[in-house]
Amino acid sequence: MIKLLNVLRDYLPAVVFLILGGAVGGLFSTLNLLTGVRTRPNLNRSTPYECGLPSEIQRGFRFGISFYLIAMLFILFDIEVIFIYPIAVELRSFGGFALGETITFVILLMIAFIYVWRRGALEWK
Amino acid sequence: MIAFADVNYFEPWWIQIVKALLIFLVIFGVLPLLTVYERKLLGRFQHRYGPNRVGPYGLMQPLAEIVKFARKEAFRPTGSVGFLFRLAPAISILTAVGGLALIPWGNVQNILGTRIGLYGIDVSIGPLYVFALGGISFYGILLGGWASGSKYSFLGSMRAAAQLISYEVSQGLALVGVLITAQTLSLTGIVNAQRGMWYFIPQIVGFLIFMVASFAETNRAPFDLVEADAELVGGYFTEYGGTGFVAYLFAEYVNMMVVSAMAATLFLGGWLLPFGIHPPGWVDPFVVLAKMMLFMTLFIWIRATLPRLRYDQLMSFGWKVLLPLATLNLLVTAIIVVH
Repeated sequence: MIKLLNVLRDYLPAVVFLILGGAVGGLFSTLNLLTGVRTRPNLNRSTPYECGLPSEIQRGFRFGISFYLIAMLFILFDIEVIFIYPIAVELRSFGGFALGETITFVILLMIAFIYVWRRGALEWK
Repeated sequence: MIAFADVNYFEPWWIQIVKALLIFLVIFGVLPLLTVYERKLLGRFQHRYGPNRVGPYGLMQPLAEIVKFARKEAFRPTGSVGFLFRLAPAISILTAVGGLALIPWGNVQNILGTRIGLYGIDVSIGPLYVFALGGISFYGILLGGWASGSKYSFLGSMRAAAQLISYEVSQGLALVGVLITAQTLSLTGIVNAQRGMWYFIPQIVGFLIFMVASFAETNRAPFDLVEADAELVGGYFTEYGGTGFVAYLFAEYVNMMVVSAMAATLFLGGWLLPFGIHPPGWVDPFVVLAKMMLFMTLFIWIRATLPRLRYDQLMSFGWKVLLPLATLNLLVTAIIVVH
């Protein structure tokens, strides 16, 4: 409990910043509702932007699979980063053993990376 | 093992709140000037004057603009989801402003008998705090694009998400070299570890990767594919107007400032000065601000110089060049430091 309180004291300024950010963000996104000019609703003006033809857009339309692939690869490599951070901080004090572990870890990941590359997942289609 | 950064004292809670407010107000004051600075500089690069009508040297330009933006009609397209459409820019600002807390403006100083750290927070997770907020900021972009109910917005937000996550990996890996050398994640600790030599000399590869990834992360040219006006009209904020649009720009500028400060702290020695100059403590924040301005100028200069990339070039550059390079940098640094 004491420890939790100490952590909270460490982060108190961050909490203030987040509150300020929320306040400014809330102000910006609602200011037009309060101070903006009001006009009669107009169906033609409130259609989404489109070049010429009436927009037939729904939110559920299909798009490229590449985005999903990138998202999956991102998870793989972001976890790599998260795993490497703690060991990077302590690498010098742990010495050779940790170095060996890091190199093994990175090489294993690079094998996966080369596999992904060879299979063409990094080609943007 | 150090569980937390060596914060073995606590400032009174009201000092923490006051200094957070103070930092925020300074940034909030500098930000509009920065937009004028960018437009002035871009003007000069293109052999014109830039804004020079409103106020002396056009300095009042942002004030005139915010009034104009505030008077705009509260518009949202028919297919949009109203609640999320309003929420998304607020999320973007929230995460951007939250990042400001981490910038170290100086060391712990003795001010009127109280020890005050010239930073918002100095926590044991350091840069991970900014990355965590960066992860949440995707929601601001994705929700904004999706909730607009417009094709251009949606495609723009998908592109933005793919671009940001691709370059976040390289950005994170580029820092590992610094962490191995500094042996700490605390940003003040990293600055203090640079007393001998600033890290951009031994970590030049990491520095370059970090800067390139930062350009992509903040959607700045030549990586502004997110808002590529030639193909996507405006990207995820196509449907935004008035202050909602300002919110996204505000978030972009705050993000630029955070990234500049991170680069100055991690690679350019934070508040340290070269050639053994040790100014009194109150100079430190100005040194950091000057180094940040250096990076901001670089951001603007590059925008004026380089044309935009193609999207497939952007993705393959991130994955096939930056990522292997960052990994190699990590391994080489690890081997050199341990031996």
